[in-house]
Amino acid sequence: MLRYMKSLINKIVHKLFKRKQQVKLGLYGPPNGGKTTLANKICQDWLGEDLGIASNIPHETREIQIKEQITIKKDRKELTFNLVDTPGIATKIDYEDFMKAGLSESESKKRAKEATKGVIDAIKWLDEMDAVVVVLDGTKDPYTQVNITIVGNLQARNTPVLIVANKSDLRRANVKRIQNAFPQYEVLGISAKTGKNIEKLYSSLFEIAG
Amino acid sequence: MLTLQYVPYKEIEHLSSLGRIRKLLNLAKENKIVLLQGRLTKEEEAEIIKATMEEINADFKGIELTVISPTNEKEGIGKLKEGLISMLLGDRQGMTIIGPATIVKEIKRDPDKIQLYMTEPKSKRKKSSKKYK
Repeated sequence: MLRYMKSLINKIVHKLFKRKQQVKLGLYGPPNGGKTTLANKICQDWLGEDLGIASNIPHETREIQIKEQITIKKDRKELTFNLVDTPGIATKIDYEDFMKAGLSESESKKRAKEATKGVIDAIKWLDEMDAVVVVLDGTKDPYTQVNITIVGNLQARNTPVLIVANKSDLRRANVKRIQNAFPQYEVLGISAKTGKNIEKLYSSLFEIAG
Repeated sequence: MLTLQYVPYKEIEHLSSLGRIRKLLNLAKENKIVLLQGRLTKEEEAEIIKATMEEINADFKGIELTVISPTNEKEGIGKLKEGLISMLLGDRQGMTIIGPATIVKEIKRDPDKIQLYMTEPKSKRKKSSKKYK
C-alpha cells in the first residue's frame, strides 16, 4: 500500500513538472498564411531541420504536426517548447479549388476530405495550447470571420496570443490594418520566408510562452 | 430564387448550443441565407465550423459566416450605455449571417455596410461528379 502511494505521488509530481517543461506553442490561422513556413524557419534556426512541407496550394498541412523540445536562446535566457503546426482553419472546402490548382480529381477529393478532418482537429487542439502565434497573411483582409473566431476563442480560453502579419516583405502587405483589426494584441510584421523580424518574434515568444 | 430566412433570437434562445448549430446549419444546407438576430458565442462559432466540416461533401461545400457585433464605444457615457445594453440584451445584440458556400462566395464587412458576393450561377460552372466519399 505504502509502495503504491509512493509510486502514485511520484507519478503526479513527474506529470506536473513534465507539463510545466513542455509548453505547447501552437501556430494557428487560415490556410496559406504561412504557418508551416514559419514552423520550418523556427525549426531550421534552432534544430537545423524542417517540420513539414509548405506549398502554395491551400490545405497542404492536413494533420497536426509537432516538433518537440525546441529550445530558443536570447540574452542568456532559454525557452523550451513543443511547436504545434496546425491545419489552416476554414469554413468551406471545395475540391474543385484544388483541381484549379492543378491536382487531379481524385487527388482533389482526397485532399478535401483530409482537409475537413484537419480543420476539426485544429479546433479540438485549441484547448491543448499554452500559447499561440496566430499567423495571418499580411497582404490579405484581416476582417474575416475565421480570424475573428480563432482570436475570440483564444481570448475566451485566456490563452496568451501573439499575432504575426506574415509576408510583410511583400509591397502590398499592410501590418497596420491587421493591428487595427486586433487592437487588443501585439501585431508583429514578419516574413517567415526571408527571416524579416524573426529575432523580434523570438523575443516576443519569451513574453507569451516564457 | 434566393431565399433569405430571418431567425429571431427567441427561436434559438431555448436551444442548447448543439441545437442552435444544427438549426442554423440545416437552414444553410437548404440553400437559404440565414439572418440571425443576435450572435453565437465564440465557442459556438468554433463548433459551427467543426459541424460544417463534418458535413462537407460534393453538394455541400461549407458556409460563409459573419457575425456583426455592435460598435464598441471605448470611453465615457457611450461605454456605460453600451455596458448596460449588453447586460440587458446579452447575445441578442448584433446579427449573424450564414450562407451556403455554393451560393455565397464571400461576405465582406465594412463599418457601414455588408457585402455578399455571390457565386456564379451553376449553369456557367463546369459539371462534376457527385460524391467524393
